[in-house]
Amino acid sequence: MRITKEEIAHVAKLARLQMDEESVELFTKQVGDILAYIEKLNRLNTEGIPPASHAISITNAFREDEMRPSISAEAALSNAPQTEDDMFVVPKVL
Amino acid sequence: MELYRLTIHDAHELLKKKEISSRELTESVLDRIEAVEDRIGAYITVTKDQALAHADVADESIKNGDCMPLTGIPLSIKDIICTKGIPTTCASKILEGFVPTYDGTVVQKLKAAHAVIVGKTNLDEFGMGSSTENSATKKTRNPWDVARIPGGSSGGSAAAAAADMCIGSLGTDTGGSIRQPASHCGVVGLKPTYGRVSRFGLVAFASSLDQIGPIAKDVTDAALLLNVISGHDPSDSTSVPRGVPDYTKVLVSGLKGVTVGIPTGYDKEGIDPDVADAIQKAVKVIEGLGATCREVILPHAEYSVAVYYLIAPAEASSNLARYDGVKYGFRDKSSEDLLQMYRSTRSTGLGTEVQRRIILGTYALSAGYYDAYYGKASQVRTLIMEDYKKAFEACDVLLTPVAPTPAFRLGEKEEPLAMYLSDIFTISANLAGIPGISVPCGFSREGLPVGLQILANHFNEEKLLKVAYNFEQATDHHTQRPKL
Repeated sequence: MRITKEEIAHVAKLARLQMDEESVELFTKQVGDILAYIEKLNRLNTEGIPPASHAISITNAFREDEMRPSISAEAALSNAPQTEDDMFVVPKVL
Repeated sequence: MELYRLTIHDAHELLKKKEISSRELTESVLDRIEAVEDRIGAYITVTKDQALAHADVADESIKNGDCMPLTGIPLSIKDIICTKGIPTTCASKILEGFVPTYDGTVVQKLKAAHAVIVGKTNLDEFGMGSSTENSATKKTRNPWDVARIPGGSSGGSAAAAAADMCIGSLGTDTGGSIRQPASHCGVVGLKPTYGRVSRFGLVAFASSLDQIGPIAKDVTDAALLLNVISGHDPSDSTSVPRGVPDYTKVLVSGLKGVTVGIPTGYDKEGIDPDVADAIQKAVKVIEGLGATCREVILPHAEYSVAVYYLIAPAEASSNLARYDGVKYGFRDKSSEDLLQMYRSTRSTGLGTEVQRRIILGTYALSAGYYDAYYGKASQVRTLIMEDYKKAFEACDVLLTPVAPTPAFRLGEKEEPLAMYLSDIFTISANLAGIPGISVPCGFSREGLPVGLQILANHFNEEKLLKVAYNFEQATDHHTQRPKL
């Protein structure tokens, strides 16, 4: 079953994207085509195959819990669109 | 002599003998950029003043008898790797005005090696694309035919190396983004093993696939760059604590005892006859150098595009959640409340391809679909990894084309799926984490470069460099340069 316009609009909302009617329409078609192509994976029986999350064997990388130099608050805020007194400013939440 | 045409190793010899200075070399490259940038569009930022300052430091150190392999060499860096004090845009409007407060580890390493950084190169926004057409900044053109794309996403780096607008470059490769543009521009591109090079300071696209690597004018230069950028980094927990060999040690003649696999299992229909022809000839050359060739089967190769276009967008949708107009970059200031600000900022700031992949990835991870899409793709990824494991029990390296066709025309591929399908030969290496290199192996009838891909097992960069070097030395494709 192909992805619907309603589903695209719902996913856009989840992803915090704002989409006009035209974009929803275009994405419904294009994402639908991509998902239809991806359907080919269903030809494979993968029962019992463990999923890969990494390409190489990775183990937890532990380190001593020691203080290390870090960037200053000033540097951390230097790229923010709006700041005040060492804080990021955002539009009102409530 | 036109200094900008030099390779790293040739420039190094001249610098060491004090026949040229780094300032002369750097000025030559900067003049070259100025002369051809209008036609090629390789750079987002040219860091002229900083480059000349680096060059003077390098010259001072050479005067004191310290000339390391990259000392005084003008290099460019894909604009997705953070450079302290130099804007890093990822070719996205959403990072407008972003100036990193730190250098990525590879940049720190280049600086410590006294390299000269001449600028930041163009790319598909956040690395998402195969043509560099998805840049919000500009279009990059292929130096061999300016009506064509340079490949992508590291199209700026590959075009800059091919057009002698830098001596070498660093790109990044999530699904072929180093190898495919290198192939289309007739230069060498190496994607190292996942974990070989630190990703600290590389703006994340798909964290289980991304890797930084060199784009260079020949194999020796690629090895020299890899020597400097490789190694474990405590700031990247996925970088592997493993010694770094001198990769130039394997650049010696002879392929006796090397077993080369020619994979089957790919759909041959989409391959351009000129590409097929060039690859066949390349295999003959490699056989002639003493290697033994045999067919190998990669039964799941044909599923790699489908797997990739679930896993990469899924990781991207998560990684790109950070662009919310709060901490850095662009914010749509017209919104009154927070949620609306997030949405309008992201929709205005992110390009169409990026939004498409976020949608696809969010969908693949969403409740009710996770097992069918992301889960399934992760299982098939295991099968693809096992295919390679088996292949490398019988072979030292595998040979394939890099791309099914030479560079296409700007605007030619409008449908996203058609663009994705052209990644068929490169993306499985990212899924399996293995290293791959693209070396020039001929030209199409229209005079466009064709690249040969050599793949090896995890941390076997030496094997692919050895085969690539021997092939390169037996042919003259790498000495050809576009006429500009």
